[in-house]
Amino acid sequence: MSGLALFNVFILIFMVVAAVISLRVKDLLTASVVFGIYSFLMCLLWAEMGAVDVAFTEAAVGAGVSAVFLVATVFNVKRKSSD
Amino acid sequence: MFGEEGLLNELLVLLNKLLVERFNYCVYVVLLLIGLYAMIAKNNLIKKLIGMSIFQTAIILFYVSIGVKEGATIPIYVAEHDPHGHHAEHTVHIDEANATEVSEENATSLTASHEEDHGHHGPRSLTDEETSGYANPLPHVLMLTAIVVGVATLGVALALTQRIYRAYGTIEEDAVLAAIQAEESATVIPDVLATKPKQASAKSRKAKKA
Amino acid sequence: MKKVALAVTLFIGALLLYAAKDFSAWGDLQSPASASPVSKHFIADTGVDTEVPNMVTAVLADYRGFDTMFETVVIFIAGIAIIAILRCTGADADSLALERESDVATEPDLIVTNTVRLLIPVIQLFAFYVLAHGHVSPGGGFQGGVIMGASFILVALAWDLPKAMDRLSVDRAVMLAGVGILIYAGIGLFSMLLGGEFLDYAELYHVLPVSREMARYHAMLGVEIGVAFTVTTVMFAIYANLSTRGRLEGGL
Repeated sequence: MSGLALFNVFILIFMVVAAVISLRVKDLLTASVVFGIYSFLMCLLWAEMGAVDVAFTEAAVGAGVSAVFLVATVFNVKRKSSD
Repeated sequence: MFGEEGLLNELLVLLNKLLVERFNYCVYVVLLLIGLYAMIAKNNLIKKLIGMSIFQTAIILFYVSIGVKEGATIPIYVAEHDPHGHHAEHTVHIDEANATEVSEENATSLTASHEEDHGHHGPRSLTDEETSGYANPLPHVLMLTAIVVGVATLGVALALTQRIYRAYGTIEEDAVLAAIQAEESATVIPDVLATKPKQASAKSRKAKKA
Repeated sequence: MKKVALAVTLFIGALLLYAAKDFSAWGDLQSPASASPVSKHFIADTGVDTEVPNMVTAVLADYRGFDTMFETVVIFIAGIAIIAILRCTGADADSLALERESDVATEPDLIVTNTVRLLIPVIQLFAFYVLAHGHVSPGGGFQGGVIMGASFILVALAWDLPKAMDRLSVDRAVMLAGVGILIYAGIGLFSMLLGGEFLDYAELYHVLPVSREMARYHAMLGVEIGVAFTVTTVMFAIYANLSTRGRLEGGL
């Protein structure tokens, strides 16, 4: 497998792991931050695929503003979830 | 025995096609399933919204990967196809011509030759071979819209979550449903006993008059 | 409930994987998406029609400008919806005194405020650069607008929300968001007044001293400015409402 394909495979596996972690932790603040990690890995994958505008937008919107909105909401409701 | 071997062979070919050649698509399907499961089965509202976002970004990932071309560069023109690159050459040419002292006739002949050259130096349509060297820009455009609309949807959903918390004091789905049931059962019963027979007789009297 | 959800999810997954075996190979040049005449037309003729090197910006703001206008309207509606959902009148303000779990009534930290004071001008300048250079490099209205909105959110995070609202109050934010859409639709209507169709930027060459292609180039910049106005202000308004449960006091 070429280097680029290997990079793809690693990033995809990390993304699946980040998605599962974000949904399994009981602390909602951790879930929001790991969701930011997931968004950032998605942005890397798109930049490697040649979709630079989409990667730029996802970096600004997903890993930036979206994670901040989630943290602001978690701050105003309960921080601990039952599942 | 021969039939079993054929079936096993078919299964191996299928697995090879899926897992080896199209591994990326399998992982996209796994991400979609994670998001969908979280939206259905999680109890906490914020986890449901995180699942919704994972679902949305997984779909965008699938869509963008349709536009990938092997060995292609990003969808911005390279220097030799750049519509403004040749214009820069063109203006330098004019400046050089104006700097040297030329008479009127020479100047007009120079401008005439510039008019001819303008056809060669302006931007031109790319050939089929050259277009296959660029990634497909159409999925990128559609997915830009999808990302921004996704964050707007997430904002509205988070506002609704805060409103639910303000009304019921909890954001666990089963607790909210139980509170809604309790409210409904507390308010419905008096209406059923007291007003319904009167309303039925009032309606029948109106129907007879009309 | 969870078992039913798991069964349904796995069934859908099996269906999707069964469909996935028929996809064309990764990066295939002959796949239907790569060989479609629409994409080929966009790649081949963007330089000739609009003289913009960035194909994605050209398609977004010119060839499919109608989509982008309504997307901007969607963002504006989302901002208004959040303000409407979280609005609390004076009557029920007392009953809403639900305590936050962790109290953060602390002083603004010295290191954070001084670092942010140095960073914010750079961030805003970068946002303007991304907006203006979106024709030639990756960027454009959305990206520049989000970065600009994030700079206001940074002010609210480093100090507190009232200091950010001194610069940009929520009322003014909503008004500026409307101005952004007005700019976008206004350019479209102006083209119609000059004799073309709605959002047909080439007609602007009657008023600007440039050729038809450069008129499209410059109108794209105007349209992206409108989008950036709306996105910046709506992002900040959403943050202001979400972080204070609609009451716009205190802060994160």
